[in-house]
Amino acid sequence: MKNSYHIDEKGCYGEFGGAFVPEMLQPNLTELKEQYLNILEDDQFQEEFQDLLKQYVGRPTPLYYAKRLSETYGTKVYLKREDLCHTGAHKVNNTVGQILLAKRLGKKRIIAETGAGQHGVATATVCALMGLPCVIYMGAIDIERQAPNVARMKMLGATVIPAKSGSKTLKDATNEAIRDWISNPTDTHYIIGSVVGPHPYPDLVARLQSIISKEIKKQLLEVEGKENPDYVIACVGGGSNAAGAFYHFLEEENVKLLAVEAAGKGVDSGESAATSILGKTGIIHGSKTLLMQSKDGQITEPYSISAGLDYPGVGPLHAHLFKSKRADFVAITDEDAMKAGLQLSKLEGIIPAIETSHALALLEQKTFKEDDIVVINLSGRGDKDLQTYIDYFKY
Amino acid sequence: MNRIKKRLQENKKILSIYFTAGFPQLDDTTSIIKSLENSGVDMIEIGLPFSDPLADGPTIQASSTQALKNGMTTDLLFTQLKSIRESVNIPLVIMGYFNPIFQYGVEEFCKKCQETGIDGLIIPDLPLEVYQDEYQTIFESYGLINIFLITPQTSTARIKQIDEASKGFIYMVSSASVTGGKNDFSEEQLAYFKKVKDMNLKTPQIVGFGISNKKTFNQATSYAHGAIIGSAFIKFLENKKDSVGEFILNFIKI
Ligand SMILES: Cc1ncc(COP(=O)(O)O)c(C=O)c1O
Repeated sequence: MKNSYHIDEKGCYGEFGGAFVPEMLQPNLTELKEQYLNILEDDQFQEEFQDLLKQYVGRPTPLYYAKRLSETYGTKVYLKREDLCHTGAHKVNNTVGQILLAKRLGKKRIIAETGAGQHGVATATVCALMGLPCVIYMGAIDIERQAPNVARMKMLGATVIPAKSGSKTLKDATNEAIRDWISNPTDTHYIIGSVVGPHPYPDLVARLQSIISKEIKKQLLEVEGKENPDYVIACVGGGSNAAGAFYHFLEEENVKLLAVEAAGKGVDSGESAATSILGKTGIIHGSKTLLMQSKDGQITEPYSISAGLDYPGVGPLHAHLFKSKRADFVAITDEDAMKAGLQLSKLEGIIPAIETSHALALLEQKTFKEDDIVVINLSGRGDKDLQTYIDYFKY
Repeated sequence: MNRIKKRLQENKKILSIYFTAGFPQLDDTTSIIKSLENSGVDMIEIGLPFSDPLADGPTIQASSTQALKNGMTTDLLFTQLKSIRESVNIPLVIMGYFNPIFQYGVEEFCKKCQETGIDGLIIPDLPLEVYQDEYQTIFESYGLINIFLITPQTSTARIKQIDEASKGFIYMVSSASVTGGKNDFSEEQLAYFKKVKDMNLKTPQIVGFGISNKKTFNQATSYAHGAIIGSAFIKFLENKKDSVGEFILNFIKI
């Protein structure tokens, strides 16, 4: 049987996914599950969504042929410029779609979790656009290391609430957002920021991000005369930019998909976020997926220099891509990512987000053929990470 | 007969107490159980601590974090409870999140529960449908009753479905919230208690979340068959000014 890379009727990708949530969340999720496809496929929704993506987000984003980077590595490197999206990362594709969805569901209040702050900013932005109140949960540690984004969210009118439990990062912010949703079950929509969480979120977010690969196909056809590259490379925190970049290539088995995770200080250092290597099947945030955990099933505190990759799980689609070997998973250390970020800045005049730098670092680690077409999803820009770059390179 | 079922047939208002295993001290588990039984409590929920308790408020979260810091593990809990049935006869329920049970091996976990004399399980993030499809046969072959939750948002149709599937009691969550004490029930909550009472379900209901004093206990039990005290007992364990007996008396003295 041909492998399927989409959800089945139970919301599962192979053995992963589903909705392991307390009864308190069943009505919310049932409502969402029953309505999201109808809404997403509605003509009027699509019209509004496409219009906002074009006029507000600035899509289509360029597929930029990186000449000097290509020369350096002796292959053809294209960068999908999600960093040029309004707010500076791919995250806004999802929040624009979900805010339109929330309005059609009649919701009056928006909540979200954030790690790097990119999803928080993207959520606060669309809430300002639509005039809806917005509460963002963010780990206390991330609030410190992503200060500019915290300020942006506040300017946009959002309330930022620090998550002070556990590792005080993305996983804990997600717990707090889910608890808020339990306590506000009727008027609130939870805009989850990646392809994680209970069904139907992974599928919903993947569909909203799939515009990335749709554009890549069209743009490659224009410049290379064919729709399919040889490689698509993307970093994976929860996995939304990768899901979007892979989406329309999932069934094209000759397109090699490379998913890049954060090795932190090294996969075996005890300070890592390389979920596919270090994780086992388990339940996190309502989804059965690969998960970093102790032998006793307690969720492990991950580590990465990039807040957006500092998550102990991975979306169930990616767990499935890993298990079925449809995608290759590679882990990149802090050090190699930082070098790659600096290299892109010097060679192409583009300062990438540190998350994205992990994907870029693969050029150094893997050999590509001269006529290979390699598309790297440039998921975000580095403005939010300046302080981390400054501290690291001692500018 | 399963001790939960037997107790529910005794036609009295059930006072059930939740505590987190391994809190405040790692080895408090058995002494807390014994003193609760001696104080006249009707049922006990033993919390298996989890790093990420989604349905819990700050009080139970903090107790779980402390218990894990103290060194509590699934194996250790079973070791502590090994001889518990030599000294107590009260119904014992384990309340835990699904991941630690899944890692232990669901069947192995159920087997250990039976050997220990556990009567039932409450696993908030194991939904009804997954339970029925994948785990019901295993639970039942080890004599365990699985307890389902309902909330004010649960539809009438789903309440009926859960009633059908239930073998012990229905855990009636008092409000749309995570665990944690409030001092009063609102009109809305009381209306929800009444609606469920008037449905005349086959399964008895026990109210949990927000039972913090004698007033809320009495209100809840004037509609339902019992009530569960969680965060309020954890807060008591933190300070422990009185004995367990005195804490319990506050709820049951007339
Ligand atoms: C620029 C950027 N890339 C990647 C990620 C990781 O998320 P995901 O794996 O969902 O794309 C983030 C998350 O904050 C981000 O800001």
